[in-house]
Amino acid sequence: MAGNNPNAKLMNLTLKVWRQRNMNTPGQLVTYPVKNISPDMSFLEMLDVVNEELLIKGEDPIAFDHDCREGICGMCSLFINGRAHGPERGTTTCQLHMRSFKDNDTITIEPWRAAAFPVYKDLIVDRSAFDRIQQAGGYVSVNTGGVPDANEIPIPKTIADKAFDAATCIGCGACVAACKNASAMLFVSAKVSQLAMLPQGKVERKTRVENMVAQMDIEGFGACSNTGACAAECPVGISLENIAIMNREYISAKATSENVA
Amino acid sequence: MILDSKIPEGPLAEKWDKHKFNVKLVNPANKRKYDIIVVGTGLAGASAAATFGELGYNVKAFCYQDSPRRAHSIAAQGGINAAKNYQNDGDSIFRLFYDTIKGGDYRAREANVYRLAQVSVNIIDQCVAQGVPFAREYGGLLANRSFGGAQVSRTFYARGQTGQQLLLGAYSALNRQIAYGKVKMYPRTEMLDLVMVDGKARGIVTRNLITGKVESHSAHAVVLATGGYGNVFFLSTNAMGSNTTAAWRAHRRGALFANPCYTQIHPTCIPVSGSHQSKLTLMSESLRNDGRVWVPKTIELAKKLQTGEIKASDIAEADRDYYLERKYPAFGNLVPRDVASRNAKLVCDEGRGVGSSGLAVYLDFADAIKRDGLSAISAKYGNLFDMYAKITDENPYESPMRIYPAVHYTMGGLWVDYNLMTNLPGLYATGECNFSDHGANRLGASALMQGLADGYFVIPYTIGNYLAEMPATKVSTDHPAFKEAEQNVMAITNKLLSINGTRTVDDFHKALGQIMWDYCGMARNAEGLKFAKQEIKKLRAEFWRDVKVIGVNEELNMTLEKAHRVADFLELGELMVDDALNRNESCGGHFREESQTPENEALRDDENYAYVAAWQYAGEGQEPILHKEELKFENVKLTQRSYK
Amino acid sequence: MNWFTKTFSSTIGRKIVMSITGLFLCSFLVVHLLGNLTLFRNDGGEAFNLYSHFMAHNGIIRTMEIVLLLGFLFHIYDAIVLNRRNSSARPINYAENHPEQNTGTWASRNMGLLGTVILVFLIIHLWNFFVPARFGGLDPVVIEDVEYENLYVRVVQSFQVWWYVLIYVLGMIALAYHLIHGFQSAFQSLGLTHKKYTPFIQIFGFAFSVLVCLGFAIIPIYFFFSQQ
Repeated sequence: MAGNNPNAKLMNLTLKVWRQRNMNTPGQLVTYPVKNISPDMSFLEMLDVVNEELLIKGEDPIAFDHDCREGICGMCSLFINGRAHGPERGTTTCQLHMRSFKDNDTITIEPWRAAAFPVYKDLIVDRSAFDRIQQAGGYVSVNTGGVPDANEIPIPKTIADKAFDAATCIGCGACVAACKNASAMLFVSAKVSQLAMLPQGKVERKTRVENMVAQMDIEGFGACSNTGACAAECPVGISLENIAIMNREYISAKATSENVA
Repeated sequence: MILDSKIPEGPLAEKWDKHKFNVKLVNPANKRKYDIIVVGTGLAGASAAATFGELGYNVKAFCYQDSPRRAHSIAAQGGINAAKNYQNDGDSIFRLFYDTIKGGDYRAREANVYRLAQVSVNIIDQCVAQGVPFAREYGGLLANRSFGGAQVSRTFYARGQTGQQLLLGAYSALNRQIAYGKVKMYPRTEMLDLVMVDGKARGIVTRNLITGKVESHSAHAVVLATGGYGNVFFLSTNAMGSNTTAAWRAHRRGALFANPCYTQIHPTCIPVSGSHQSKLTLMSESLRNDGRVWVPKTIELAKKLQTGEIKASDIAEADRDYYLERKYPAFGNLVPRDVASRNAKLVCDEGRGVGSSGLAVYLDFADAIKRDGLSAISAKYGNLFDMYAKITDENPYESPMRIYPAVHYTMGGLWVDYNLMTNLPGLYATGECNFSDHGANRLGASALMQGLADGYFVIPYTIGNYLAEMPATKVSTDHPAFKEAEQNVMAITNKLLSINGTRTVDDFHKALGQIMWDYCGMARNAEGLKFAKQEIKKLRAEFWRDVKVIGVNEELNMTLEKAHRVADFLELGELMVDDALNRNESCGGHFREESQTPENEALRDDENYAYVAAWQYAGEGQEPILHKEELKFENVKLTQRSYK
Repeated sequence: MNWFTKTFSSTIGRKIVMSITGLFLCSFLVVHLLGNLTLFRNDGGEAFNLYSHFMAHNGIIRTMEIVLLLGFLFHIYDAIVLNRRNSSARPINYAENHPEQNTGTWASRNMGLLGTVILVFLIIHLWNFFVPARFGGLDPVVIEDVEYENLYVRVVQSFQVWWYVLIYVLGMIALAYHLIHGFQSAFQSLGLTHKKYTPFIQIFGFAFSVLVCLGFAIIPIYFFFSQQ
């Protein structure tokens, strides 16, 4: 009962899914044949169907992260057929639909792979490294209350728009997953450049970039090779320019800050 | 039980200021001796946790997601209201207050709503200071738009991602406190019970969603900011994980649940495409500014559309029924959400719906494109059109969008007084989790406002009043009350794991959702509600007999997580039906077919129902006990809403 | 560690070193190529031998040689450190991976491989030309009564061998790809991007890479075919 396409042909697929019981147990790819998949299903709804079948059989369902299913919360992940969030550009896995696949396709599904993102179970990874990087400085130090009127500081529209473009990062980790070095530069730079552009963020710009980059390195992410894979796979189109801005911020902070530690 | 709303004396406009002066303060040096638990890290939770940390309290914050940044506040598109009057178009605190009370169909507390309008202006200042990139004009000042049919432009926005930007602002404030060590964050942790010690809320029991470990956390106060319960319908615009469990378990411990039947059904969502559907996607309400809603005039034509025999473009202008424009000439396509939703249901029930399921109406941009040009429409709605195309594989520039209403927000929630404290001392509820500010219907762009108002500007004051009066001594988690709660959680878990039946949790959830949607959805009547009550009872009994939950507690077990949540939805669903049955009037999102005007519009009964229905849990299998809080209106005149 | 070493051992710091040394090595390529162009003067190698003698004995050049060596060493050392860090950042690889589908050029993903090819080429190249020129082992040649090392003859002889020419051509292809990515990438790593100038840098970098490497590659090909 497809909604918009009553004659849509149902598909049969072969899934190869990474199954791993927990962090301390090695995992492997397991093959599952899947039948009668509607092209109108989202990718995650297809996995829901698989999981319901597994459950009925008494088998452990495939664990995967997901929440809003509208492409904004950043919780869903999945490396699908060799691509972060699957084959479509500018799309999270939850917004990927099965019409992007063909009947009898084999689909390989793996978790994000990075030392900083250890696998909890199956396709679920621990992305708390991202939170720790944000905690290192991804904020403006203002307490609640005692702030000036919102219109006190005019901000040129072009700057506000650019800052917004950087601020749309959903923190999904596709940039790390797609990068050959598992580098988090795009993620970190999105916040650094957003706040470096805005007058509110300029006050702490030096300590912010120093601390966030230091934390990024502690977490064990790789370095940037400027391949551009991160920006290409970013579901919200965070630009590579942010990385350049962060590099610039970093150099100028290191050269001029009074932090000698 | 007497419900004391603790609304301060005095003129409306002075209540909050006077109250702020009268509340007791905790000495700055003593604040570090008090611990506060915050459950949920959306706008209401993250903002509260961050602000408590800034004030000096020790905070433990919990969320079920892998990061506090993922809470479903992030999905709010439209914007946030604030009575800034930057546009000089006649807005004021009183007007925002008035619009909110009226929009809520006179079922909200005047004092709470006025305070909400008052602090709305501070929210914008706060967010801008945090670096939230709101939309701006070329002159560099903040831009506003009119939203949801409001007569003034008071909505601040960040493209179609206002919720995201506000949440990331609150998340950044929270991160700062985590870095300072004032907030300890527990992601992937779900609250499964509330712990009461000597009549006061003193902690919670949680389950670590990775290891399954059941743990107790003790504090001096507990704040629930766990969002709404729209997922009781299975299909809603809520996130997959949104649930009522924390609020419901508190309800089982004695917290009253107020107005559970007030559900907001959003008119512009992408229709269900099949039985595999896992959730519904909202299309911003702003689309109704330019799109025209229609269905075919006859059932015959609709049938042909449903079978795919003809396309929308094959239907002549004369055969189209622009029913909103026809029935409501003054507001047309911009009638409030509840009116738009109900009318979509009406035409579909008549058999004039479109799409293969017949459960959709058209939202047509052909005239707007003809009038303003393709590029103008694309500039305004491009991202929404793209999203629609991605999901449906149809091009909305060429053929009209298909839309249908979907559950979006729940106005009901835990009963709280003016201080946002529930009837249980020390237990607070903020944001969508409480019932307080939206009455029977929430206005567009007001959810974000309420979440942040509660978290940044209300509860940080009111909680001090409570803590100042209690000693700083801590309760050990070895206290029998904690042990009892842990055992309670383990007992439910073990029960769920031991049934090993034949039906999956999702299967039960879908069945419950269908009952709720059919009988407690956009239109309700006594007969249907009574039937639904029996059906839910039956379904619940079957759930506890036949549900299939596999695996063990001591691992990442998604099925077990869901089973806990659905078990609670199965109880909440019945309470919603009870409340809907009790409220024999139509108001806001609650439409009782027995109570309508001759023109089929919602008819309120102020004589008998101008009260908050607060329900007390009476034990398993027992009928809940209703407590009424009368609503007094001293500053607004109650009128029947009309959009003709 | 003090702030200085900390800065240059951070991932960004190391990329800064890679960029600065890389651009410096690019400037060396220009000088080297300009000198090599003397090979094309039809004077029996006189200009070239004078030039190579100057390069081998001039004090400033000798100092720059050390700087150049350091440039290479830092470039290679940081490349190795970064490479190790990058591979340990992904201890388990994907079973199926299609980076070619997300725009990044092949070169950008294989700078290490290209760099290694260039290094092997460099060792062969130095062994054959630089070592004898610098430490002796070349035949003498007399120009205007002064005796010089005849590097020119070594060049001519070397490029008679087809496989030797092939090594050079392959080495230059590797270098071209390395530079096509590396040149513009250095500006990105240094944060030197701008809406107005970045497109120019990218076009210039491409042209630079192709022309310089073509210039170098033509020499062995020219000698191979002209001496047949």
